[in-house]
Amino acid sequence: MSRIESTLAALKAEGRTALIPYITAGDPHPNHTVGLMHALVDGGADIIELGVPFSDPMADGPTIQLACERALLHDTSLWNCCAMVAEFRKRDSRTPVVLMGYLNPIETRGLEAFCALAQASGVDGVLIVDLAVEEAPDFAPVVRAHGLDLIFLLAPTSSDARIDAIVRQASGYLYYVSLKGVTGAALLDVASVEAKLGQIRRHTSLPIAVGFGIRDAASAALVGTVADGVVVGSALVSQIEKHQATPAVLPGLLKAQLAEMRAALDAPATAAQVA
Amino acid sequence: MIYENLPDARGHFGPYGGRFVAETLMEPLRELEAAYQQLKNDPAFRAEMDRDLALYVGRPSPLYPAERLTRKWGGAQIFLKREDLNHTGAHKINNTVGQALLAKHLGKTRIIAETGAGQHGVASATIAARLGLKCVVYMGADDVERQSPNVYRMKLLGAEVVPVTSGTRTLKDALNEALRDWVTNVDDTFYVIGTVAGPHPYPMLVRDFNAVVGRELIGQSQDMLGRLPDALVACVGGGSNAIGMFHPFIPFDGTAMYGVEAGGDGVETGRHAAPLSAGKPGVLHGNRTYVMADDNGQIIGTHSISAGLDYPGVGPEHAWLKDIGRVNYVSVTDTEALDAFHECTRTEGIIPALEPSHALAYAKKLAPTMARDQIIVVNLSGRGDKDIFTIAKREGISLL
Repeated sequence: MSRIESTLAALKAEGRTALIPYITAGDPHPNHTVGLMHALVDGGADIIELGVPFSDPMADGPTIQLACERALLHDTSLWNCCAMVAEFRKRDSRTPVVLMGYLNPIETRGLEAFCALAQASGVDGVLIVDLAVEEAPDFAPVVRAHGLDLIFLLAPTSSDARIDAIVRQASGYLYYVSLKGVTGAALLDVASVEAKLGQIRRHTSLPIAVGFGIRDAASAALVGTVADGVVVGSALVSQIEKHQATPAVLPGLLKAQLAEMRAALDAPATAAQVA
Repeated sequence: MIYENLPDARGHFGPYGGRFVAETLMEPLRELEAAYQQLKNDPAFRAEMDRDLALYVGRPSPLYPAERLTRKWGGAQIFLKREDLNHTGAHKINNTVGQALLAKHLGKTRIIAETGAGQHGVASATIAARLGLKCVVYMGADDVERQSPNVYRMKLLGAEVVPVTSGTRTLKDALNEALRDWVTNVDDTFYVIGTVAGPHPYPMLVRDFNAVVGRELIGQSQDMLGRLPDALVACVGGGSNAIGMFHPFIPFDGTAMYGVEAGGDGVETGRHAAPLSAGKPGVLHGNRTYVMADDNGQIIGTHSISAGLDYPGVGPEHAWLKDIGRVNYVSVTDTEALDAFHECTRTEGIIPALEPSHALAYAKKLAPTMARDQIIVVNLSGRGDKDIFTIAKREGISLL
């Protein structure tokens, strides 16, 4: 059982929803990333999605685009991201880390070399935003051979046929994009999310995390009533953007922001719905 | 020949092409592909398309013998395929007419487009006005600056022009932003991609709509010359005008083909926009192709005097044609393109756009290496009115 699987299985047994924060590696500076990862765990993170910065993040909204630009000012590379995870692992052997990014940096370095380094660095899973399942047959065996989970996106537009094809290649968990749009978008319709999750669950027993549009404790709690995990990204990255000049305050702020979501998620369902 | 069947069912040209986008767009792309496959063989759709190309665009475009340039440059006879005489002044309208008709048949009420030089934006705004569709054009903030006449034309036509300030503020960033708009508004919006890049089916359908250029040229060559040309020369940014001319000629091995990339300050300086000449395979904007990237896989900034060629990727069919050796990809510098611009203007009374000035500059090198009874056809893909400010500025002339 992978670290991701056992983490999610333990949460499920406790009847809790996974809290999955996203930050972009190297934002605001590569020196701060590992400290921020520990702060996220202190705030209640169950899994960390660490963004690999890319020059052309076409599925991301302005908040994460700017985070990529800040990280790339310091040339944060895929190799640096693996090194950050290795550093994080010195103090945390429990919290799974998923690298999330785009294909070109991986292809440039070579899939095999990347997977070997990721495994050695203590990375648990890989989510490649622009790797559609049709193009994945060559990737999935290599990723799995290195003990890494390959996490896929599902969307409101995914048909039954696509869901079926995706769940066959996926492991760890599925990341359901709660709305048509880019990261950081507003407006989230929990009823439609619930309906779609029902459709997906007819195809798979993999845990489903929901992301895009979760900005605070209330929306996290609401989504937590229907999902196995909630992903929060742009709301955290906005804090980093706001305080980039005084990065020393960031660990405390991010921890507090996440702790609020953690509390809302762990509160009884009725209270969450009122919130 | 095997050439005819590409792309394959998954949109691949050999190892290139494909569909590398976030999951949300996969189903809309599949729907678009299905709609296109059905409509392209529908006689009513074809008739509507042909009517628009004849009566609105003004096709066929002439095949013009450039006799004075031929004498000046020596060697092979130079002919120009006059795409600059199309409505809106470039080949881009061939594709927007087709895609806008597709949008209409799919019941979409809003079209979006990205643009570099502004020609595709103008062509999109034009067809949107004609069909009564709402139109939003994404354009890199730097390009908005250097192509201001086209920005104004788009606005006159009723389009909203959105300057894109992320990344390098040029065409690639405009494409990212258009993809973000599409993923958000996919229910009512049709994305009119302007070049043969992007995820499948775009490289195929943009090629098919532009292939009218090559098909016409085959007929015109046979009528006027009694044979096919010995060489075709076209500029390559994303590569839509080049593939439009080249694609129908792929099976005719007797016709050599040259795709001319933007060499900027010179490929050896690193300041250029020539991924086929100096890039490597990668994934950008939804397809696998040659890209300009650094050792970490980050896409790097491009440099060209021509906004329309200032793109770090290239259509996947070009990547494949390069690998199989059917097309020769070369580059010329800003300075060489500018010289050719002036020579064509002064010698033929035709002001070419900076983009096809690159093709002209290569024809100038190629012609003297060929015999006088041989024929080169240059795709004069657009007219140069939009570029006069750029050229004046570079030459230190104030127009105000």
